[in-house]
Amino acid sequence: MLKRVHFPTSLLPYLLVAPQIAITLVFFIWPASQAMYQSFLIEDAFGLGTEFVWFENFEVLMTDSHYLDSFQRTAVFSVLVAALSMGFALILAGFAQRVVRGAMFYRTLLIWPYAIAPVLAGALWVFMFNPTLGIFPYFLEIIGITWNHYLSGNQAMLLVILAAAWKQVAYNFLFYLAAMQSIPNSVIEAAAIDGAGPARRFWTIVFPLISPTTFFLLVINMVYAFFETFGIIHAVTQGGPGTSTTILVYKVFNDGFVGLDLGGSAAQSVVLMALVIVMTVVQFRFVERKVAY
Amino acid sequence: MADIQLKDLVKSYGPTEVLHHIEGDIQDGEFIVIVGPSGCGKSTLLRMVAGLESVTSGEIAIGGTRVNELEPSQRDIAMVFQNYALYPHMTVRQNMAYGLKIRKLPKADIDRRVEEAAEILEIKQYLDRKPRQLSGGQRQRVAMGRAIVRDPQVFLFDEPLSNLDAKLRVQMRLEIRKLQQRLGVTSIYVTHDQVEAMTLGDRLMVLNGGYVEQFGTPIELYDRPASMFVAGFIGSPAMNFLPVTLDAGTASLPSGHQVSVASGHSGTATLGMRPEHLTADPDGPIAINVDMLEQLGANTLIHGRLDGTEHAITASVPGHAHDGIGNTRRFSIAPDLTHLFDTDTGKRLDS
Ligand SMILES: Nc1ncnc2c1ncn2[C@@H]1O[C@H](COP(=O)(O)OP(=O)(O)OP(=O)(O)O)[C@@H](O)[C@H]1O
Ligand SMILES: [Mg+2]
Repeated sequence: MLKRVHFPTSLLPYLLVAPQIAITLVFFIWPASQAMYQSFLIEDAFGLGTEFVWFENFEVLMTDSHYLDSFQRTAVFSVLVAALSMGFALILAGFAQRVVRGAMFYRTLLIWPYAIAPVLAGALWVFMFNPTLGIFPYFLEIIGITWNHYLSGNQAMLLVILAAAWKQVAYNFLFYLAAMQSIPNSVIEAAAIDGAGPARRFWTIVFPLISPTTFFLLVINMVYAFFETFGIIHAVTQGGPGTSTTILVYKVFNDGFVGLDLGGSAAQSVVLMALVIVMTVVQFRFVERKVAY
Repeated sequence: MADIQLKDLVKSYGPTEVLHHIEGDIQDGEFIVIVGPSGCGKSTLLRMVAGLESVTSGEIAIGGTRVNELEPSQRDIAMVFQNYALYPHMTVRQNMAYGLKIRKLPKADIDRRVEEAAEILEIKQYLDRKPRQLSGGQRQRVAMGRAIVRDPQVFLFDEPLSNLDAKLRVQMRLEIRKLQQRLGVTSIYVTHDQVEAMTLGDRLMVLNGGYVEQFGTPIELYDRPASMFVAGFIGSPAMNFLPVTLDAGTASLPSGHQVSVASGHSGTATLGMRPEHLTADPDGPIAINVDMLEQLGANTLIHGRLDGTEHAITASVPGHAHDGIGNTRRFSIAPDLTHLFDTDTGKRLDS
């Protein structure tokens, strides 16, 4: 049974939620509905006239090979970013948990990257991997690899994946660490007495027990890779060379603000919006049920 | 063969020493109970035997081999934890089979052992359930099952019954005892419950503040407690203590009366008398101003103060007693049932 709380009729509750509602309206609902509306329009090249075309923008998208390529690229990108950053965070959390001395110090250091703005994180990686000045290309040259992400699409992709994953490691690390710490110590000790070494304990006890966290992070990281990596890509490659790092969210920007195809760009952002809604729904349904163990 | 030797065992956390020079020889097949108040170091001692805590100095030997440096898995022990520590994502069967799988036993062997243990513990019908689908008592059995399938040299128990209700606790206590006798496995059992300790243990190690106060059979502890601490800890209701002056086999109570004791000491001391050893006697030397009666059915506890003083004293008399609150009742005690302790050190004064 639902318990209903009756407020006496008063303005106060409305006043209290007003700021939140105002922000949501101005920064989310309004632009989203604008995008929706835009996606039904085609604007001529000079911005002089618009025409209402229903779903034509979407139809064009679905047959546009550039768009479909970008979709595929985004899938690869987000899977790799999620896998890399979660895998690395998992290892770090596994070790951080065993640290006895100076644990706070390490944890603080590991959390720092999360506080860095995406563009700055991107800039950092651009410096480190600058083909002429960067430290990494210098080392890579020594082992016979020529690094130039301005020329090589794959290298550019690798670089944005690394930068995006690095930035997300801190977040994943925090969640993994918390999940590991919520496993009772005695369970791990029981496994040790049962004869399981550290690696086996990790894979047969710890990893299954933190699977709800893994699932949660998987969704969060996919959403991150889909949407929040814009700043990094903009700073590192600007979608290039060619379109080799143009993931969906960057293409929205590129087609809309550079290519000035506002209708097409709006249609793309509507598709993205639908995607994020789907992911959120999946997330909520599963989080409530917990991943079964 | 799995006897256990603790030799001059010390445990420190940083600068604080929590266990001080523990000595103990445990015979093969013995059931040892470590008992003491909260924080006295019981769990720490047990965990050192298990290999979950490092040894600061001294030696632990199992079956004659020094195990200080061995990993828990190499000590051939099994442990039952207070919170059971079952693997939540595995079924009961998988929980019990986990250690055997790691030992790479043949599948048929594992199945047979698990079935056998489940049979003994009457948990066969739960084998395919997850721990969270079991009651506390059932989980407790699974934890026991996980220990016995391994067929280890030593069982270690850390307060395994403290999360169960009183009735189940009594039942499981008996079962653990029967199981241990049947398997004949050397066991160390930690508890802070003196009744549990008295009923389970072949011998009890009484710990207090990281020191072994006494290590002996329940009857030894009851009859000849080595210190005031043990005397007060073992037996319920607790022993009465009174400051006395000794002189040639008699002790002068604070009330001025004389009690004869089996001791040739003189000077001040503490006299210990168990409530159940005080017998009603109209001419007895121990006069109690009765404050309260506690009717237990089979016997009655008389709580009061030693006549003319504020020293609390309790007597236990058989049957029912109704009258007497506010009255003075007199008791006597046989000299060989009295205990004398050094007031300063708390140690027993031997006759
Ligand atoms: N990791 C630790 N660091 C510092 N001191 C500790 C640590 N673990 C235990 N101690 C101390 O060691 C002493 C003994 O602890 P232990 O857990 O063995 O007590 P216990 O007898 O099992 O008590 P309880 O009946 O409450 O379980 C306590 O005073 C405790 O504060
Ligand atoms: Mg304890």
